[in-house]
Amino acid sequence: MNYPKPDTTHGVILYMEDVSVSFDGFKALNNLNLYINDGELRCLIGANGAGKTTLMDVITGMTRPDAGTVNFGQNIDLLKLNQEQIARYGIGRKFQKPTVFEALTVYENLYLSLHMDKRLWATLLHKLSGEQRDDIDQVLETIGLVSMRNRYAGELSHGQKQWLEIGMLLAAKPRLLLVDEPAAGLTVQEVERTAELLTSLAGEHSVVVVEHDMSFVRSIAKTVTVLHQGSVLAEGSMDYVQSHPEVKRVYLGEEGV
Amino acid sequence: MMMNWFSTSLRRVCLTLILTGVYVVIANVVFPEGSIFHVSSYTVNLLGKYLCYALLALSLDLVWGYCGIMSLGHGAFFALGGYAMGMYLMRQIGDRGVYGNPILPDFMVFLDWSSLPWFWSGTDSFIWTLFLVMAVPGVLAFIFGVMAFRSKVSGVYLSIMTQAMTYALMLAFFRNEMGFGGNNGLTDFKDILGFSLQSNNTRLVLFMLTVITLLVAYYVCDKIVTCKAGKVVLGIRDSERRVSFVGYNTVSFKVFLFTFSAILAGIAGALYVPQVGIINPGEFSPINSIEIVIWVAIGGRGTLYGAIVGALVVSFAKSKLTGLMPEAWLFALGGLFVLVTLFMPKGIVGLINNPEARQALINKLSLRLARKKGA
Repeated sequence: MNYPKPDTTHGVILYMEDVSVSFDGFKALNNLNLYINDGELRCLIGANGAGKTTLMDVITGMTRPDAGTVNFGQNIDLLKLNQEQIARYGIGRKFQKPTVFEALTVYENLYLSLHMDKRLWATLLHKLSGEQRDDIDQVLETIGLVSMRNRYAGELSHGQKQWLEIGMLLAAKPRLLLVDEPAAGLTVQEVERTAELLTSLAGEHSVVVVEHDMSFVRSIAKTVTVLHQGSVLAEGSMDYVQSHPEVKRVYLGEEGV
Repeated sequence: MMMNWFSTSLRRVCLTLILTGVYVVIANVVFPEGSIFHVSSYTVNLLGKYLCYALLALSLDLVWGYCGIMSLGHGAFFALGGYAMGMYLMRQIGDRGVYGNPILPDFMVFLDWSSLPWFWSGTDSFIWTLFLVMAVPGVLAFIFGVMAFRSKVSGVYLSIMTQAMTYALMLAFFRNEMGFGGNNGLTDFKDILGFSLQSNNTRLVLFMLTVITLLVAYYVCDKIVTCKAGKVVLGIRDSERRVSFVGYNTVSFKVFLFTFSAILAGIAGALYVPQVGIINPGEFSPINSIEIVIWVAIGGRGTLYGAIVGALVVSFAKSKLTGLMPEAWLFALGGLFVLVTLFMPKGIVGLINNPEARQALINKLSLRLARKKGA
């Protein structure tokens, strides 16, 4: 199962151009243009209803846009693929609420997520190879859950579940990671660890983080994109967007950051 | 842990089944009637019947306990397998029927039919019958599964659809025009593969075949739920959306499991019919399918041996209680289901295996009592 790799010769891994989505007349995305560079860590911020989740839904095939194009690299048209295919092409998504498989162990959670043939017969007959064991061990190392490998995921703390879910994404060896509110509900220490984890992932992977917690965003982001009413309002460094008059007016002003 | 070839529960179940099977056969053949060790032919037959139920419960547990698909129509797959075997047994009667027609079963002669309907052709071959036993429930489950799971029907809606399916089949099989003996179904069987169904030896062989089939089925089910696909299936039960984001096509896994389970149910039906000597449309009745769900719930869903324990315990209770007070059985069954759901969510085996569950039950009960006293 060799899926074509995204062509990133221009340094861009995700192209979203003129994307519009409306629900019953409400424009969740309005002529949105967004480019994610290969290997960067990008933060998306915006008030509730700015279109952050819809944007993630469009990329992962859960919502079809009314207009516009979404390309993975220059060559892969994501709008032609379904959810499973998009996952197999190398786009992983972490949801806001951690959804790990609670009835399975940490190890099994990662085992299921490994990058491999995921069709029925291959899965029925599959045996772990040494190389795959190493991959799982490496992910366990990265997310810091080595000692929990044989525990059921349902027994983990909220923070550990968040990391396990990030680990599941990593095991699939994705090119692009979409991470929805990784810091929500975590303790201060857990937030710090999560920030470290995400920064360490950039480079090898491209990471898009949606987050409300501004101090968290400041601690990880080089580039921040501000969404407002379904389109990009400003884009640049954290200092740049925080001093941007429009952003101050519509977002930071309201939220009082 | 997950790499273990022969999990302990698998070993235990296989051993228990083999020992029971061997003991029952020896006790029936070697010890004379009147000896306290003797197991009567009636009991052998009854046990064989219950083991068919156990196989049926196993098949339901596979989809319900492991994949969250609560089928209220598994009785239909069981009955279809039974009918396929029944057709073969009808053909074995030959010219010994009441009307003495060498080809046509009695009910067709009675209906003035001049030839066998097309779907009866080939049913005099045992091999073809074995194929039908698996293919008919399998194909039905496959088509049903593809349509239901593709359109993302799940939960209670799926249960209702499966219930409607078995009900529709029951109504259809009640009609004489269907060509399956209508109301009376298929009965008066004489031989299987030339051996008389009345003879004790044939019954012993059927019993042993049931034990062996249950063993093999248990082994295969255990392999399925412990292999990687089994983990995917568990994932689907808890969070289907997550599984598809990990890159699995959940529909194909669900269709596979549902079809496989229906085939097992069909085989159970085919083993059941020669041992009870009749198959009629009553087997399709919704209450039968609900009873299977209750077996699994009482035994402990999500553990394969729990399904077997549940089927055996409830069936024994049923045969005892219907002997004592026939009209009370349905109330007892309903009451049992409510009690198990409230106090033993993991069923009998959950209670036996898990000291925490035992403690929780005791706490719950004593809390109720304390409250009552307080009030």
